[in-house]
Amino acid sequence: MSSFPPFSSRIVYLPHSDIDTDQIIPARYLKVTDKQGLGEGLFADLRRKPDGSPDPDFPLNKPENSGASVLLTGENFGCGSSREHAPWALKTAGFRAIISASFADIFRNNALKNSLLPVVVDAETHARLVNLLALHPEAEVAVDLASQTVRLPDGFEVRFPLDGFSKRSLLDGVDELGYILSFAKEIENFERRHESPPGEVAA
Amino acid sequence: MNSPQTLFAKIWDEHVVVQEDGAPSLMYVDLHLVHEVTSPQAFTGLRTRGLRVRCPDRTVATVDHSIPTIASGLQAADKEAANQIRHMEENAAAFGVKLFGLSSPQRGIVHVIGPELGLTQPGMTIVCGDSHTSTHGAFGALAFGIGTSEVEHVLASQCVLQRRPKTFEVRIEGRLGPGVAAKDVILALLSKIGVSGGAGHVFEYTGSAVRMLSMEERMTICNMSIEGGARAGMVGPDDTTIEYLNGRPYAPAGPAWDRAVDRWRRLSSDEGAGYDASVTLDACALQPMITYGTNPGMGIPVTGVVPDPDRTDDGAMKEGLKKSLAYMGLKPGQRLLGQPVDVVFIGSCTNSRLSDLRLAAGIIKHKKVAPTVRMLVVPGSQEVKRQAEAEGLDRVFISAGAEWRESGCSMCIAMNGDQLEPGQYAVSTSNRNFEGRQGKGGRTFLASPLTAAAAAIAGKIVDVREMVNS
Repeated sequence: MSSFPPFSSRIVYLPHSDIDTDQIIPARYLKVTDKQGLGEGLFADLRRKPDGSPDPDFPLNKPENSGASVLLTGENFGCGSSREHAPWALKTAGFRAIISASFADIFRNNALKNSLLPVVVDAETHARLVNLLALHPEAEVAVDLASQTVRLPDGFEVRFPLDGFSKRSLLDGVDELGYILSFAKEIENFERRHESPPGEVAA
Repeated sequence: MNSPQTLFAKIWDEHVVVQEDGAPSLMYVDLHLVHEVTSPQAFTGLRTRGLRVRCPDRTVATVDHSIPTIASGLQAADKEAANQIRHMEENAAAFGVKLFGLSSPQRGIVHVIGPELGLTQPGMTIVCGDSHTSTHGAFGALAFGIGTSEVEHVLASQCVLQRRPKTFEVRIEGRLGPGVAAKDVILALLSKIGVSGGAGHVFEYTGSAVRMLSMEERMTICNMSIEGGARAGMVGPDDTTIEYLNGRPYAPAGPAWDRAVDRWRRLSSDEGAGYDASVTLDACALQPMITYGTNPGMGIPVTGVVPDPDRTDDGAMKEGLKKSLAYMGLKPGQRLLGQPVDVVFIGSCTNSRLSDLRLAAGIIKHKKVAPTVRMLVVPGSQEVKRQAEAEGLDRVFISAGAEWRESGCSMCIAMNGDQLEPGQYAVSTSNRNFEGRQGKGGRTFLASPLTAAAAAIAGKIVDVREMVNS
């Protein structure tokens, strides 16, 4: 059984580019020492009005989007801070894939380590998805990691890029730390020939 | 003959432990900096697996993000923050990690104390669960931010899996004019290439202007490399680097120092080394910069006008700009000169070092902070604070009516008690003007310590060159 089986889902569309991790989860939600309760912080300032009440116009608050596990968004998603709380919060809220024209490097790494799939599509596919949602907000997209495809209800299918290592890791549920520790011997050998650590000289 | 190599390539190649076909490189980490916000879950992971910290002598922790900066008693802002600080103390003790804790005279912002203590050295690979780890690249180190899963990996194995990034030369030639600071250089670069212009790349800053910069100025520039999407920014080590490190507590000494200097002098990019991308800035043409929007790429010369979203054809850019201006409460075509401000923040890992405080104090001296302005001056470390006090800078700020604080991340991140009120305008020397970054509803103009200090006096955004020249 794959750790990342194919699935279909409605899509939440956040139209802006350069959505930074401070918007995904503001810093005041980072005072936790575990991964619990982070869903509360997800887009906390965007989904509420200044008086604290939910903003009905924010896409995540719309009833038709409840239960959606695919987020469609503008380019350079997840820029800024390295906080892994961003993918943790997205996962907690039920998201399994994010479709964008591009992702910030650290966010992409963090997402992959949490089985949150960054799906990079070209501008044309992005526009097609946006148009689809404008006409059919309830449309579902089918995401299949094994074939690296997303399929639209009209049959349009596009392949997305993902390196083989990340793909295998997601599909097989590879424990990355276990993989790294399997090289204990190599790490030891490396350390034998490498510079010693910085030591405090002046006591 | 070997082909010419970049600084980046030399460090990268020397740190690859394992390279399997198709897999990311397993990279050795020379120095792992740890703080209270992005590490607790990583230590929990170690406990769950029954693992130890592989190299406590390559791991250094401090508390900076969630700590208070009010001198009296250093009471944490709330019980969550206090709990996080306590977790850091317990984890450091349990795993044998060196901690510069709340009571340590050597504590400070992680990216300020690394260099200050001489822990940061040329040729090293340095990681931290913090995107501004790029700061340390000023020393000719390869330094980048990682997530908490990777923090756990490094704690357990001293290694991290990374794909080799591309290289991007940022060449800066010429001399900066009066009133123009290192911060203006990086804000100008970001306004030119945008917040994703460096994605997938490592910047190397080269050129005559970079050679003339002090280590602290280089740190300011490398610090904000991440705001251009580059995870790391680097400067080839030279006499300035070596002079800075000589005699620092954790720098090599005696014969080890001579060997290290020999090694460091061979690190700089070779003549003729190629880069995957490049851009050139003319330092002489740079002006004091200020941001008007909600990402650090939205910057203009302080005398400029706010761009008009309707004058761009790019749909996404137009929408982004409209959203930013709505949040900031600014109009297209508006001048920022004369814009009233409520708060001025001097601090953060970008601009909280002694030279930054000197710049700000130079503007403030014998003047008063405008009565409508709250000014916070937060030194980057306790050592910076002591040095500033020895020079009397604290008295300059206090007698002008500013708040002189203990060190910490403070108002850069709004999770420690220091923050903007909704709707307030701040000129900040920090690195991010994202929505809510300095407090929910707070509105940030990023600028240099000179421009920020000038705004504190005037109560509004002004061209600091008029104060510097007069």
